[in-house]
Amino acid sequence: MSNPLSIAASQFLREREESERPPRRTDQERNRPAGSTSRASLRRGELPSVANPKALMTARGLKKSYRKGPIQIPVLRGIDLDIRSGEFLAIVGQSGCGKSTLLHVLGTLDAPDSGEVHFEGNRIDNLPAAGRDILRNRHFGMIFQFYHLLPELTTLENVLAPWMIAEGVWTFLRHRRLRRRQASELLEMVGLTHRAKHKPRELSGGEMQRAAIARSLIAGPKLLLADEPTGNLDKETGRQIMDLLGRLNRERGLTIIMVTHDDSIAALADRTVRLVDGRVKEY
Amino acid sequence: MFKLLLCWRYLRTRYIALASIVSVMLGVATMIVVNSVMDGFTSEMQDRIHGILSDLTFESVSVDGMYDAEYHMAEIRRVVGQYIEGMSPTVHVPAMLRYDVNGHTFTRPINLIGIDEATYASVGDLGKYLQHPDNRKQLRFTLREGGYDTLDHQAQDPSKLIPRKQLATAGWPYRREKARMQSQSAMPPGIWDTTIPSSQSVAKTPRESLPDDRINPFAARDANLPQQDFEDPAEHQSAGAVLGIALASVRTSEGEDRFLVLPGDDVRITYPRTSIDPRLEPEASTSVFTVVDIYESKMSEYDASFVFVPLRKLQEIRGMVHPQTNRANVTSIQIKLKPGVDLDEVRDLLRNHFPAQFYGVYTWRDKQGALLAAVHMETMILNILLFLIIAVAGFGILAIFFMIVFEKTRDIGVLKSLGASGRGVMGIFLGYGLSLGIVGAGIGLAAGLAIVHYINEIANLLARLTGQPIFDPSVYYFQGIPTIVNVPTVTWIVLGATLIAVLASVLPARRAAGLHPVEALRYE
Repeated sequence: MSNPLSIAASQFLREREESERPPRRTDQERNRPAGSTSRASLRRGELPSVANPKALMTARGLKKSYRKGPIQIPVLRGIDLDIRSGEFLAIVGQSGCGKSTLLHVLGTLDAPDSGEVHFEGNRIDNLPAAGRDILRNRHFGMIFQFYHLLPELTTLENVLAPWMIAEGVWTFLRHRRLRRRQASELLEMVGLTHRAKHKPRELSGGEMQRAAIARSLIAGPKLLLADEPTGNLDKETGRQIMDLLGRLNRERGLTIIMVTHDDSIAALADRTVRLVDGRVKEY
Repeated sequence: MFKLLLCWRYLRTRYIALASIVSVMLGVATMIVVNSVMDGFTSEMQDRIHGILSDLTFESVSVDGMYDAEYHMAEIRRVVGQYIEGMSPTVHVPAMLRYDVNGHTFTRPINLIGIDEATYASVGDLGKYLQHPDNRKQLRFTLREGGYDTLDHQAQDPSKLIPRKQLATAGWPYRREKARMQSQSAMPPGIWDTTIPSSQSVAKTPRESLPDDRINPFAARDANLPQQDFEDPAEHQSAGAVLGIALASVRTSEGEDRFLVLPGDDVRITYPRTSIDPRLEPEASTSVFTVVDIYESKMSEYDASFVFVPLRKLQEIRGMVHPQTNRANVTSIQIKLKPGVDLDEVRDLLRNHFPAQFYGVYTWRDKQGALLAAVHMETMILNILLFLIIAVAGFGILAIFFMIVFEKTRDIGVLKSLGASGRGVMGIFLGYGLSLGIVGAGIGLAAGLAIVHYINEIANLLARLTGQPIFDPSVYYFQGIPTIVNVPTVTWIVLGATLIAVLASVLPARRAAGLHPVEALRYE
């Protein structure tokens, strides 16, 4: 069976830059069963991971600590987590319990001190920077508490940003009709068609978050990482955002990992895990 | 794609960046203007210096000159004959020029140059600077029957000039008129004691009993005056002389030339005689010359000191002609070389052949070496200083970019979380710096070229606003500020400014590229 991530990644790499790492894999490697690690890790004597083959994403023994002067502050003390495909998982915990750090590690924005993260059976936490960039660009969608839209761009351009990053000028211009159609459809889905030409500062908080959701979906990711998506919104607007996420999860089969401190928001997810003292407690 | 778009958006929304564009622009524009003007001055000056000085000057160390020009010319031809296009013997001697204006005697130090009008044109462009059209074709030391230019024939736009009305009647008509006036009202100059008009005889009578030198305190001098034949000045002229325009005229601040001496006037020139005859000590002697033309090279140094007279006449009156052989001394031989010949090489060949204690060989550059070197150094230093201005602009860009990177830290984190590579983020800021550099240098280029093109209009405007002439034509003998746009120089300036802008953005761009996405996202 083929390995979708490596196919997509290698195709994408081939499009972008022939010489960039990681090296293209041979068909033989690509056809290896899911769960196998790269040839390099095999060469280092590591065993194939014990990741759950049914899970979309697996974390094993994640540890991470921050250094403040001479003191090490452990944040994650060994996290094991499986996220099944199509699942809506909420991670709850108090402020500062490390739930955002966990999300960043899962999303390859940050690297764990030890432990492994697997996505579709492939280890991703030790990928070179270019590989992680592609993962974030094409396979993960991310939304944040403060929306993080680019203030210089219009809503439509913000939604298109992942494609602009992925593609060079000429490729993008060649595909621009297709891309604009994709973006318009997503804006319609989140109900922002009338705001397409507006700058983020002209939008309300809920609208910005919906634009951010549209942006996170433009490249067709399998996994959405949401960092307190309602944390900066009033209850009613937060409810709307949660409805949208629930709909995406149900209708599109999008896997969602959401981090929140609000139990009532977490209750809307399929499954909730609690982060206590840097460890996972399942409900 | 996002690099281009964000670059463009940042350029349009960050007005602070305009400050750095302006500083790049000003630096580029100033550099272009200064270089063009300096190049213009240098090239104009070189043209003029070279127009007056021949390629090579072969001089005798002694002001008495070297005996037998023919022998030396043959010898030069033997050594470097294949490089030579023309040669002309000349006599250079410091002298003193005197003439009377309204009863005042003006005395000026001059460089008296005896030239052979037949061959001198083959070594230098003296003719180009004369005021009579026929003299420009072939100089003759005889007074012309009028027809002198009333407008400067070298000016590019004669319509802006103030006409030199006095030259309209110069020449024989002026001389005859002057002679007629003087014969009616006064004694002709130089013959005070010989002719006393009847109208003044009464007043003179009591003095005639006194000894001669008490009547006229200048009697002794007058006695020494060369004994002219006192031919009728309306019909005869003395030996011709060509005066530099600054010797013959004064220039008003409006740029009008007021002539004190015109072609047709007589002037007295005092010069040292030679000591070729061992029994005699050299002494000063004075001769009368008739101005036949005015010489305007627009090099004030030359225009204020050069007086050209016929070579043979000067040799005779200075006693340079050997009584037995009839061969004359010359002080220098002007040599023109064929085009493309290396001046220094020929100079060195001649220097090796002729002993240095008797002869000097100089190229025209050597003769004006100090001046040319000074201008060159001035250009260099100005360029360095102005490039520092652009470098300062570069530091401005550096500072502004750091500010923008700090301001954009969160956006950089967002871009990274969306999968932008460090290199891509760096590209935004490098591209930003490049576009600032290109825009700044481009506007600077346009502004610089525009200023160069309208430099005289701008100078006039400034002069009118400040009431202070920026470019005083009575100081510089140029009608306008000369400019030359040197394309390679301008290209280097523009490229250098753009490069500085890019270099200044490297550090901020590297910082942006190195930001950790999580920390950047958390940045407030």
